[in-house]
Amino acid sequence: MRRTSRIIRIRRSPDHRVTTPRTRAAARAAAALAAGVLAVSLTACGGGDDDGDDNDKGGGTGDTGTTVTLPKLDGESLEVAAVWTGAEQANFKKVLAEFEKRTGAKVTFVPAQDPIINFLGSKVAGGAPPDVAMLPQPGAIKQAVEKGWVTPLGAEATKELAENYSQGWQDIGKVDGKQYGVYYKAANKSLIWYNTKVFEDAGAAEPKTWDELLTAAQTVYDSGVTPFSVGGADGWTLTDWFENVYLSQAGPEKYDRLARHEIKWTDPSVKEALTTLAGIWGKKDYVAGGASGALQTEFPASVTQTFTGGGQPKAGMVYEGDFVQVNIAETEAEVGTDAKVFPFPAVGDAPPVVSGGDAAVILKDSEAAQALATFLASPDAAGIQAKLGGYLSPNRNVPNSAYPNDVQRKMAKALIDAGDDFRFDMSDQAPQAFGGTPGKGEWKALQDFLKNPEDVAGTQAKLEADAAAAYGN
Amino acid sequence: MASDTAAGASKTAPAAPTSRRSVTGTRRTVAALFLLPALLLLGALVVYPIGYSVIRSFYDQSGDGFAGVDNYRALFTDDGIRTALKNNVIWVVFAPTVATALGLVFAVLTERVRWGTAFKLVVFMPMAISMLAAGIIFRLVYDQDPDKGVANAVWVGVHDTFAQSSAFPKAHPGRESPLEPAGGGAFITKGTVSAGDTVTLPLVGVAPDLMPDDAEPAAAPKPEGDRITGTAWQDFTRGKGVGTLNEVDASELGYARMRIEAVKDGEVVETAEAGGDGTFSLSPKADGAHLRLPASNFAAPYNGLDWLGPSLVTPAVIGSYIWMWAGFAMVLIAAGLAGMPRELLEAARVDGANEWQVFRRVTVPLLAPVLAVVTVTLMINVLKVFDLVFIIAPGSSQDDANVLALELYRKGFSEDQPGIASAIAVLLLLLVIPVMWFNVRRLRREVRR
Repeated sequence: MRRTSRIIRIRRSPDHRVTTPRTRAAARAAAALAAGVLAVSLTACGGGDDDGDDNDKGGGTGDTGTTVTLPKLDGESLEVAAVWTGAEQANFKKVLAEFEKRTGAKVTFVPAQDPIINFLGSKVAGGAPPDVAMLPQPGAIKQAVEKGWVTPLGAEATKELAENYSQGWQDIGKVDGKQYGVYYKAANKSLIWYNTKVFEDAGAAEPKTWDELLTAAQTVYDSGVTPFSVGGADGWTLTDWFENVYLSQAGPEKYDRLARHEIKWTDPSVKEALTTLAGIWGKKDYVAGGASGALQTEFPASVTQTFTGGGQPKAGMVYEGDFVQVNIAETEAEVGTDAKVFPFPAVGDAPPVVSGGDAAVILKDSEAAQALATFLASPDAAGIQAKLGGYLSPNRNVPNSAYPNDVQRKMAKALIDAGDDFRFDMSDQAPQAFGGTPGKGEWKALQDFLKNPEDVAGTQAKLEADAAAAYGN
Repeated sequence: MASDTAAGASKTAPAAPTSRRSVTGTRRTVAALFLLPALLLLGALVVYPIGYSVIRSFYDQSGDGFAGVDNYRALFTDDGIRTALKNNVIWVVFAPTVATALGLVFAVLTERVRWGTAFKLVVFMPMAISMLAAGIIFRLVYDQDPDKGVANAVWVGVHDTFAQSSAFPKAHPGRESPLEPAGGGAFITKGTVSAGDTVTLPLVGVAPDLMPDDAEPAAAPKPEGDRITGTAWQDFTRGKGVGTLNEVDASELGYARMRIEAVKDGEVVETAEAGGDGTFSLSPKADGAHLRLPASNFAAPYNGLDWLGPSLVTPAVIGSYIWMWAGFAMVLIAAGLAGMPRELLEAARVDGANEWQVFRRVTVPLLAPVLAVVTVTLMINVLKVFDLVFIIAPGSSQDDANVLALELYRKGFSEDQPGIASAIAVLLLLLVIPVMWFNVRRLRREVRR
């Protein structure tokens, strides 16, 4: 399931404990409706005035500091659908505004809901798909291609992409050799965040290997703080845990094969990864609130409880991607001083780099849609949003200095440095029914495993049964 | 009979225009014209979707291939749908009956108190809240953390009045400790002690801020002749780890009031309690014994009930539903009560019936039609319950709290299985029809009376 935006969405609510993804989905649906109505009325009565304004500005900024040439698109209008809300949406709209300035086209943001592929399905069925949509999973892009909803990128966009993206990031936007997606946004999901005060009190150091992580955890535990906070009510945090351990332990090749379900979940490598994981999940008092408490802790709360309470928080460390900082911002802790981050330690030979991201795909082919895809593939667009924070770009030509703080720069650097060695989130590559549905498939199996970490074989059997049903093999 | 006349009337009604058609020639068209908007709306908004759902339920996932009854077979083979069915049965049996029963009790009792209207207003108030908001409220009420969830706060409060938790719930032996787990949460020394010994019992895992107020800096044990002396303390220095391993450092705190037992051959020969600095002393009787720190030192604080865990989540959500709808039942029943002939109650009282008998033998039977309508209305309402379950149950137990309407949504919108979702919709329709039919018949009879 996609998570970057979902997470960032959560920060809007003053009390995240109660704002489940489900309620947000409902709220978003309403918002989408309202925005849709608004969009219609705007396009209907927004006159040539706006266009004139845009033209003037476009002439002004178009000349300064641009690396990409865009066509003049006066009078054209575009719709872009994405599930982003809150600050993430606001920041993205600034990027769209820049596009409007440079081209004179009018871009409307259409708030979508998770899973966006189903949202698009109903839009396509209704005969009015947005021009461009942000799809989070490679699986979703493939699905959209198979259904004939999306068109390939044109020469301009492909060229821009080749200039700025490593081969690996280009390839995950391809289906059957054709380039369909521009990965505009990336997530680094191989990070462990910790409460600096807890580590200082305990005298623990940032670990580089799994064994050191266990030592650090024990030290934290000995000092009287529960080492880990796990947001087990959201199944995807658990699949991310598993993916990091598995990628590092079993290696990228097996990771890819498991992601395609070419090896079974009953494979010994899965057993090893689950057993390793049980070394933390199954240890008494290692997880805040115990297993049943963790299973009722939603992701945002798992972060905030790690960074509230001074030297006595509910837990010392929390695992998740770069988007954790958004939730830290809700607490009084400062990212970089009170809250620090270290890369997920190496379980096997090399530390894992698991990533996620959102790719722009074109649903209605037009010059304007192609131009927008080109723009999104350029460092200009990514540079704007990078400055605003809470965003990582897989675009290697975005200067590291564009990011607003050290933690951001560290995460961006790790992501770019990984080159093509990163692996895309496995559950995002799996069919929705297995890797992305609350209370089903991998989410549910790992939640049950968190509750009963001794049952490795039973968990494997359940994972395999669900995977076989979802992959249809 | 009433039904005969009604049926007769409805039969003659269409006959009249037929006979008059020849005279005006337009009656039927005019009637059709007037009915047209309603029929169009009904057709487009009700009949067409139902028909389409029925048709869709016979097609496969993509909607291209005819699937026969496969989708309906899935209703009885898919685990998720079976749990949903089972939970729906629990809902339909308990939620309406409990809500109606509570409503009846409230209605009868508020009739007798002076501030009845105010009370009714308060009980009815939850109806003014949307299901979504109520769900969010109850998600908090049932929160596991007693500091947040009021249900657990009350439960833990009651529990803790009877059973105190200990001061050192997370204390445990550190590295190379002379202590080992003795089962059941207790710790015991690996070796035995002999008279005149000094022993150290280092433990870790209690944060300095959480130490008891009377804990003092730990003191190393001093020999006292024949007696066995020792210290139990927190072998952890803030910022420095354990300091000198298994030895008392200056800034480390004693485990005030830690209980120590001397165990010989499985029997407790002597007990002692540590002072503020963690020191304790045992008589020479303990010679040759193992020292045990009993589990009562380490009892974890009671964390309350797992309201939203797999076993309690459905009753918990039903509880929130009743909170909302008991007021609705109460208002309807109170209205029925107001229309009840007082003479009958008076007559019963004059005949010597006590209040319970009046309630049981007169009030309830007279209210039976109203009670039935309220129960049946709630049943229809309960069959389609969705929002409360959707919001209150956390992701990890949504599967256990599943109901048909929620499963329909999940199948249709997050698993992309519109065929199965349509089959669930048809099943829900079939389940509602008998209840609807009962209600309509009942209403008709009421009207005729």
